[in-house]
Amino acid sequence: MPVPILTARELTKSYGRGPDRFDALKGVSLDIQPGESVAIVGKSGSGKSTLMHLLALLDTPGSGTITVDGTEAKSLNGRRLNGLRNAMFGFVFQQFFLNPAASVLENVVLPLKIAGVGARERRRRGMEVLEQLQLADKARNKAANLSGGQKQRVVIARALVNKPQVLFADEPTGNLDSATGRIVEDILFDLNQNHGITLIVVTHDHDLAERFQRRLYIRDGLLITTDEEHAA
Amino acid sequence: MKPLEILKTAIANSFRSKLRTTLTVLAIFVGAFTLTITNGLGTGISNYIDTQLAAVGPGNAFTISKTDTSGNPGSGPKKYDPTIKRVAAGGRPGSSQLTLDQSDLDKIGAIAGITGVTPVTRINPDYVQWSTHDKYQLSVSALAGAQPQLASGTNLDDTNSQAQLLLPVGYIVPLGFADNSQAIGQDVTIGITDATGTMHTVAGRIAGVEQDSLLSSSGIAVNKSLSTALTQAQATGAPSTAASAWTDATATFATSSSAQVSEMKSNLSAAGYTAQTLDDRIGTVKTVINGIIGVLDAFAVIALLAAGFGIVNTLLMSVQERTREIGLMKAMGMGSGSVFALFSTEAAFIGLLGSVIGSAAAIGVGTAVSGALARGPLSDLPGLHILAFAPGPVGAVVLLVMIIAFIAGTLPAWRAARQNPIDSLRYE
Repeated sequence: MPVPILTARELTKSYGRGPDRFDALKGVSLDIQPGESVAIVGKSGSGKSTLMHLLALLDTPGSGTITVDGTEAKSLNGRRLNGLRNAMFGFVFQQFFLNPAASVLENVVLPLKIAGVGARERRRRGMEVLEQLQLADKARNKAANLSGGQKQRVVIARALVNKPQVLFADEPTGNLDSATGRIVEDILFDLNQNHGITLIVVTHDHDLAERFQRRLYIRDGLLITTDEEHAA
Repeated sequence: MKPLEILKTAIANSFRSKLRTTLTVLAIFVGAFTLTITNGLGTGISNYIDTQLAAVGPGNAFTISKTDTSGNPGSGPKKYDPTIKRVAAGGRPGSSQLTLDQSDLDKIGAIAGITGVTPVTRINPDYVQWSTHDKYQLSVSALAGAQPQLASGTNLDDTNSQAQLLLPVGYIVPLGFADNSQAIGQDVTIGITDATGTMHTVAGRIAGVEQDSLLSSSGIAVNKSLSTALTQAQATGAPSTAASAWTDATATFATSSSAQVSEMKSNLSAAGYTAQTLDDRIGTVKTVINGIIGVLDAFAVIALLAAGFGIVNTLLMSVQERTREIGLMKAMGMGSGSVFALFSTEAAFIGLLGSVIGSAAAIGVGTAVSGALARGPLSDLPGLHILAFAPGPVGAVVLLVMIIAFIAGTLPAWRAARQNPIDSLRYE
């Protein structure tokens, strides 16, 4: 059995103190194998986004451990943690978080810029990934002048530019009409199946969730074995 | 993120909100402009005073006279001392001054730090004349080692056996010259009366024409050769003792710290001599001017502090606006240090922009105004450029503004760096 790329053991996370205390996660354990496609499904407030943030090392758990590719996250200092996130993870968000004033290419190469890659190499890799997503002709356009579907493809290009092993997506199609959403879904599954990128997607869309190899249902901060609501 | 990328990104970011950046730059502009102008004023006036002082005499010399202790009222008449000589002095009628003789010069020369002593010889010529034109009265400036401001020609050469003199610019037309350049190289005749009342004439060549000056008298300056000739002519028939009695001497010293200078002064004072440097005599003027410039500078700095709050405000708004972007960059692995550097660099860049534009404008306007003043209201003080801009002080102004901008930028930058990526990206 291969080493899981992500392992979580008894994760808890709570916000606030005293009577205002809110337990977002109450002990979640999971393993994600390299190359898997996993959907984290739950309603608003179920803790699914919190779980994704913890898995993506954007936040620290109240208790429990996360292991990335055999390395325990707690043992990493800030700089190594930033480096790991930069090298291993790609992020796709529902709201695109593009810099509207900058060009498509500039937006896409931001992770490389943060990693300290030289300008020429940035451009080469940026164009490569834009071609992969059929956006090469838009490279010089301002991000503000794109349609929603194009914007989400730019966001995926940005997530892919540093060749991540794991792609995290939070409601990637939430802001798109169903036809465009379908195209974006196809791109994500193509990356998973043909490029071996582990896909972890947070969604409340059951139709989308059905397309994944594995679904993790979460309710009130705990993983539940079946989608009761949907099964019912 | 590489430092160069941070710099580039920060510069690009500062142009993202052009109106806001422009207004902030304008606020800094006012401060930098004022500070550069006040600095230019200080430099201009200091330069002028320095050149004026140099025209009077060298900085590293004492003017020494014997300390007169006889004047204390109530101490009764002093006993006669055959070694003490007195000469009539200026000031109130009947006042006299103790004279220095060769033994005094030797004593002064023996004091540690003094490199040379020359007696100040008073030369009192009667007239100066060029060719057959009218004769004019004149006086001779006494101090050796002065560096006069020349309107034309060259400075005196003490090693030249040719008798040379510098003529004040005011003498040129009365003596019959058409202009300064005609006078250079011409021989003039100086008439001088000796001790027996006989008139002697001594010839001297005009080496240069001296500008009018604020501090030095309008006398002619002579080189050693001419000075010797005049002294000899004046001393003809005088008793031999008079030739070796002087009221003042000039003692030169190697360039020293002010502590060393004051030590020499106290040694001289202990030996019974009064010593004054040029700074002692004229330096207070400089202190007053420095004080005024300091107050003006303080106002400029207050303007800059106000501009600093402008920077804080601008950047806080930027941080607010770019919350999501900062969160995204941090999610993508950008360290807090880089985020801090990004925003504080942006602040420093805004400071640089404001200060460079402000200083450049100040230099432009200042040079124009200074030129106009020098031609107009201040034309009676040749050589005075009321505003002068040296690279050092202007560079210091730019640096100071950048530091103030950087400090102002630290608060917003710190807020940006401290942002949690989750909080910035949360939208549930």
